[in-house]
Amino acid sequence: MSTIHVDVVSATESLYSGEANCVFAPGSTGELGIYPKHVALLSTLKPGEVRVETDKGVESIYVSGGIVEVQPNVVTIFSDTAIRAHDLDESKALEAKQRAEEAMADSDNGHDVGTTQAALAEAMAQLQMISKMRGKKL
Amino acid sequence: MAVGKEIKTQIASIKNTQKITSAMEMVAASKMKKAQNRMLASRPYSEKISKVIGHLTYAHSEFEHPYMKEAGDVKRVGIIIVSSDRGLCGGLNTNLFRSLLKQVADYQAKGIEVDICTIGKKATAFFKNLGLNIKSVLTDLGDTPHFDDLLGTVKVMLDAYDEGEIQQLSVAYNRFENTMTQVPTVAQLVPMVAGEVDDMDHHWDYIYEPDAEEALNALLVRYIEALVYQGLVENIACEQSSRMISMKSATDNAGDMVQELELVYNKARQAAITQEISEIVSGASAV
Repeated sequence: MSTIHVDVVSATESLYSGEANCVFAPGSTGELGIYPKHVALLSTLKPGEVRVETDKGVESIYVSGGIVEVQPNVVTIFSDTAIRAHDLDESKALEAKQRAEEAMADSDNGHDVGTTQAALAEAMAQLQMISKMRGKKL
Repeated sequence: MAVGKEIKTQIASIKNTQKITSAMEMVAASKMKKAQNRMLASRPYSEKISKVIGHLTYAHSEFEHPYMKEAGDVKRVGIIIVSSDRGLCGGLNTNLFRSLLKQVADYQAKGIEVDICTIGKKATAFFKNLGLNIKSVLTDLGDTPHFDDLLGTVKVMLDAYDEGEIQQLSVAYNRFENTMTQVPTVAQLVPMVAGEVDDMDHHWDYIYEPDAEEALNALLVRYIEALVYQGLVENIACEQSSRMISMKSATDNAGDMVQELELVYNKARQAAITQEISEIVSGASAV
């Protein structure tokens, strides 16, 4: 019986990689059973169990959503590590924007270490340039 | 002895500094190992997803996603800049910023405006002084960044792209070559650059579920996040190894300085003793 190569990866680690007889994945429109020579397919996944059936037994991996790509001899499953929801992402984006505004707002604050260091580095570079132009080493 | 009091204090203070730098070196060395492992662990994801994107550019999809279309006129570009939160890591951040400044100057010479998104305190402090438009900021990620942390920051930039505010988006970070070399890298995220895949020339397309737009959207957003995340973990590995090396050389330099100062101190002490003896001798002969 022919086999199909299966990779299950998440952003932080590789969860499974190897040959399998068939794979089952929780597609967003229903359970997908993938056998070798499956037609090319790209589907989103909903949270659930990915089952990889090999000669040695069944490997079961939980995914909290993600994407599956099927090529005739390769199945790649991208598992999400983050819990995704539209409004959750939205609020995170807002937070990031807010931080940007805060950072821009206190640009006059001379007590900020980072700002002071940046200013110092600039001054040092200028001094070095001046001494170079005078042909002397600082 | 009164002689060389200043030198003694100086030696002591340099030795204290040396203790700090050698401790930092050791801390960085142990963190580096972990950071490298994390970087290697996240590589399969970004490699695999790049491969799928490569396939996708060859699939003859009826639906063309905006991220894959070449934008016409570029008037404004976005750059996501990854830097470290802390300093004392050699020229790591400075090298990246310098290569970025050159690029920003190039853009501005062409009349293209630049929006930036900063990750890490160093980039935030540096670029807000330059008066560039900072669209989003992410700091205090620590040594173990989570994928979730990035989502908001990346979304701000992608939203700007969706709305047509910017026509191009790149990410800038230090690529980890090995412990000794870190390469400042700027990679374009959108519009996507087609990857090289052989043996894909025949006419084919995916079956998309639930539909092409949704599947592609989910995939492409994850692809971009994965690239930024990869940049972030590489930058952390770079930060630790660069800090280890710069702290090592600081420790070595402190050692050299202590040696030199001790030589000076001993010479001064000897001179003082010689002088004292000659004074006693000449005093005795005068009696």
